[in-house]
Amino acid sequence: MSETAPRTLFAKIWDRHRILERADGQVLLFVSRALVHDGSAPAFAVLRERGLTPRAPERILGTPDHYVPTDTRIVAEIPDAERRGMVEALARDAAAHGIAAFALDDPRQGIVHVIGPEQGFSQPGMVITCPDSHTSTHGALGALAFGVGMTETAHVLATQTLWQRRPKTMRIAVDGALGDGVGAKDVILAIIARIGTAGATGHVIEYAGAAIRDLSMEGRLTLCNMSIEAGARAGMVAPDDTTYAYLAGRPHAPKGRDWDAALARWRALPSDEGAAFDAEVTLDGSAIAPMVTWGTSPEAALPITGAVPDPDSVADAERRAAMRRMLDYMGLAPGTPIEGVKVDRVFIGSCTNGRIEDLRAAAAVVRGRRVAAHVTAWAVPGSGLVKAQAEAEGLHQVFTAAGFAWREAGCSMCLGTNGEIAAPGMRVASTSNRNFMGRQGPGARTHLMGPAMAAAAAVTGAITDIRRLMGR
Amino acid sequence: MEPLRHLDGIALPIARANVDTDQITPARFLHKPRGDDHGQYLFHDSRRQADGSLDPDFPLNRAEYAGARIIVADHNFACGSSRENAVWALFDHGFRAAIAPSFGDIFASNCLKNGVLPVRLPAAVVAGLLQALQETPGARVQVDLERQTVTLPDGAVHGFEIDPFSRHCLLNGIDELDYTRELAPEIDAFINRYGRENR
Repeated sequence: MSETAPRTLFAKIWDRHRILERADGQVLLFVSRALVHDGSAPAFAVLRERGLTPRAPERILGTPDHYVPTDTRIVAEIPDAERRGMVEALARDAAAHGIAAFALDDPRQGIVHVIGPEQGFSQPGMVITCPDSHTSTHGALGALAFGVGMTETAHVLATQTLWQRRPKTMRIAVDGALGDGVGAKDVILAIIARIGTAGATGHVIEYAGAAIRDLSMEGRLTLCNMSIEAGARAGMVAPDDTTYAYLAGRPHAPKGRDWDAALARWRALPSDEGAAFDAEVTLDGSAIAPMVTWGTSPEAALPITGAVPDPDSVADAERRAAMRRMLDYMGLAPGTPIEGVKVDRVFIGSCTNGRIEDLRAAAAVVRGRRVAAHVTAWAVPGSGLVKAQAEAEGLHQVFTAAGFAWREAGCSMCLGTNGEIAAPGMRVASTSNRNFMGRQGPGARTHLMGPAMAAAAAVTGAITDIRRLMGR
Repeated sequence: MEPLRHLDGIALPIARANVDTDQITPARFLHKPRGDDHGQYLFHDSRRQADGSLDPDFPLNRAEYAGARIIVADHNFACGSSRENAVWALFDHGFRAAIAPSFGDIFASNCLKNGVLPVRLPAAVVAGLLQALQETPGARVQVDLERQTVTLPDGAVHGFEIDPFSRHCLLNGIDELDYTRELAPEIDAFINRYGRENR
């Protein structure tokens, strides 16, 4: 490819971070920024076993999130010794290697994929890794960000590099304007329902089109977060004025003349006119309704106006059996309208929907209403700073007045690694990213949806079309 | 890393698509240290009934498949979470190869770092293999990494693709990190240049 051939955003970042290429075509990629969390102990253990130290500790940021309780900020109060040990290990490993990591009682602590952008640590044009599949979140800033395993994390820590085979590219254009009550979560669920949970395997997605450009930074973070649920290696949105306005003034963002220089670099990042993608998908944004999942895969999503599908209508025997397993686990009968299905718990939070805009959207629905008597509802901010901002806006009072529990920041019920799970058989309206069997606890039934929809489910006690509660 | 050259073992069929890593290792075991036997967490919940007892119909619980070294599943096997624990659970249970039409990207990469070989075969071949393994529980499959071939119970031989370097590392039990560390001069030069250009 000649120097002047149109390049994609992905290609520009890839080329910029390519140190060398092996004979078999694998590329040694420079990792501009790495994030670690309280599940990263095995990677540090590898360093210890081999007597290695991080190559560039100044390029690494850590925060405890997976194992932290959301009812206290005191590490000693974590009842389970093994989980407490994970939180302590991060603090110890970070301190030993000169890596910045937030303590549990630091107001900047939070979910790793919330604090990276929030601190301005994640920036356009960077290659970013973290041992967590939702690292795709950071691509919303115009970065190439992807999740890696523990052995790869040890490799990144020790060398600040990673071997990668160049992935394919996919452009997903969402044209038009989103309707009232429709947000980024609905867009990504609609995309996954369309292309499937393996629809983008081996690809890096660039989201484009008017509906994407119109999304706020928070919305783009939600969108890119769930790229992995379509099987993608990463998801990204070209940086623009929304991105720059979001980043300006954040602690790790460049300042003064460095900011001007960075801005000039960033403005050259968007895909060139005519750049070729390996795959193209187009959706009409105006046709997307509020979405909700009915099964145990994120692709098992439907518009709120839809009904639980009937396995007998599917020709493929294996697909039919999979649907039956899902319906059996979810306790749903074919043909049941998804609106009106009663819920027991509501979880608003996670790296998908734990940001200030998500809490505002949920609070707008909750305001002046009460959580249904049979529902236990939690609002879990994505970071201490999100929590502080929400409290400055009085949102915590809206939630607590309605009967929500207002919690501290962490991954919490998204995957329950900290012990916060739902009981077997309980149905959860959740703003998180995965509805896998047992994800929120053995036997727990997860329905994924956006924050306003989850708030609506909390106050009505059942899955509800948010548009019914709007404009009263 | 334990070297892997040839495998001749019982193959376990998981005739499902989109098996996620939450099924392979539930999240509540993720904090367990690598020194644990992670085999006990493999399909911990999927292999059990609601009352906690082992489901006699789940393939992993059937005596005919005891000692299986190869796991066979339908497309998009081990999608979802990046948890390397999913590979640890398979490895500690005795598995050294996984055969499927496709894998979750991160899982496939994690396999190669832990002495487990991910083998992609055409969907029709895997469908036939899954059926054969269910009809004849305990049937053996041979995987030859040197020749890059899989021999099915019916004697059919299929080739598979793998990155040459990953193959080299698996065959010899070599760790990528040691190899990369020898490239320190190139990495240092790159970082110095990158740092100057990205202030």
